[in-house]
Amino acid sequence: MRLRRLQLGLWVAAIAAMIIFAGTKWATQGEGVAETGPAFTPVFTLADEEGRIRTSAEFRGKFLLVFFGFTNCPDVCPTTLSDVAQVMDDLGADAEKVQPLFVSIDPERDRRLGLAAYTAAFHPAILGLAGTEAETQAAANSFKIFYGRENDAAAPDGYSMAHSPGLFLIGPDGEWLRQFTYGTPAADILSDLQSRF
Amino acid sequence: MKHFLLAAALILSAPAVMACETVTIGDLTIEHAWSKATIGAGRPGVFYVEITNAGSVDDALIGIATPAAGMPMLHETVVQDGIASMPHAMSIPVPAGQNVQLSPGGYHGMLMGLTTALKEGDSFPVTLSFEKAGEVTVNVDVLSLRAEGPDCADAGQ
Ligand SMILES: [Cu+2]
Repeated sequence: MRLRRLQLGLWVAAIAAMIIFAGTKWATQGEGVAETGPAFTPVFTLADEEGRIRTSAEFRGKFLLVFFGFTNCPDVCPTTLSDVAQVMDDLGADAEKVQPLFVSIDPERDRRLGLAAYTAAFHPAILGLAGTEAETQAAANSFKIFYGRENDAAAPDGYSMAHSPGLFLIGPDGEWLRQFTYGTPAADILSDLQSRF
Repeated sequence: MKHFLLAAALILSAPAVMACETVTIGDLTIEHAWSKATIGAGRPGVFYVEITNAGSVDDALIGIATPAAGMPMLHETVVQDGIASMPHAMSIPVPAGQNVQLSPGGYHGMLMGLTTALKEGDSFPVTLSFEKAGEVTVNVDVLSLRAEGPDCADAGQ
């Protein structure tokens, strides 16, 4: 009798645990945990177009839209930067709450080719950053993204860059909020931002 | 190659160029050729186009040439495991009865070694080489750097 009561108790506990587990799993899926992941605060220290050192800390209070790319990339990079430019145009007065950043993963060549003219051609609000190789790698590690140099005899200067083409949203407190995967329409990025103001 | 360059130069010097031109060769229709403006000539330009194969024989785009760039190549942007790269495409299949697009985020012509910066409103010729149909030249409209598709009345953009 005592054993049966214990068995019953265990069963109740097991079923309760399953329900709680299923419930939390459902709840986290509903929040899109796959997209947001555990909270972290990416940091960077990189030179801007004028050679001034800029750090993640100085942008606290603003949402950051961060894209890692290289200016010798005529296909993928302009698409994302065009979307960012469209978002900045459509934000209107709220544009001051958002700072778009283009982080060069090919900093030496991009500095030589001119970063300011490139970012300005898309939108004057976009700030281009190009650090040293070590600073760039540290920033990429902090954002948990990958980039790499691919030797290719047929490419300009004998190499091309492979990189994560996502657009990353950082909150005003510096926390990583989400990624917009490559090809996310500007309107979707805009409405996501507007829902956070 | 030489006679092609000569022909290309002649086309380039022609005063009026039709925008959104459509050309055909055999069963292939080539239309909606466009490119994006570049900042200077130091960075590569890009070339997009739409090819329709109305015939019953598979074909393939195997190369491009243009007086606008010293080293034009076919590329394919590939996003694999969250990493984008753009390897050289040896050939782009144009299967019978199908429509193939070179468009942002996929196949594209990579125009390396630009002879001059591409300016919005300009146009330049690109000669496409097909495995079976042969060569055909189309005029490419240079659109804004922020353009995301062709700017033609019938392009659905
Ligand atoms: Cu390419």
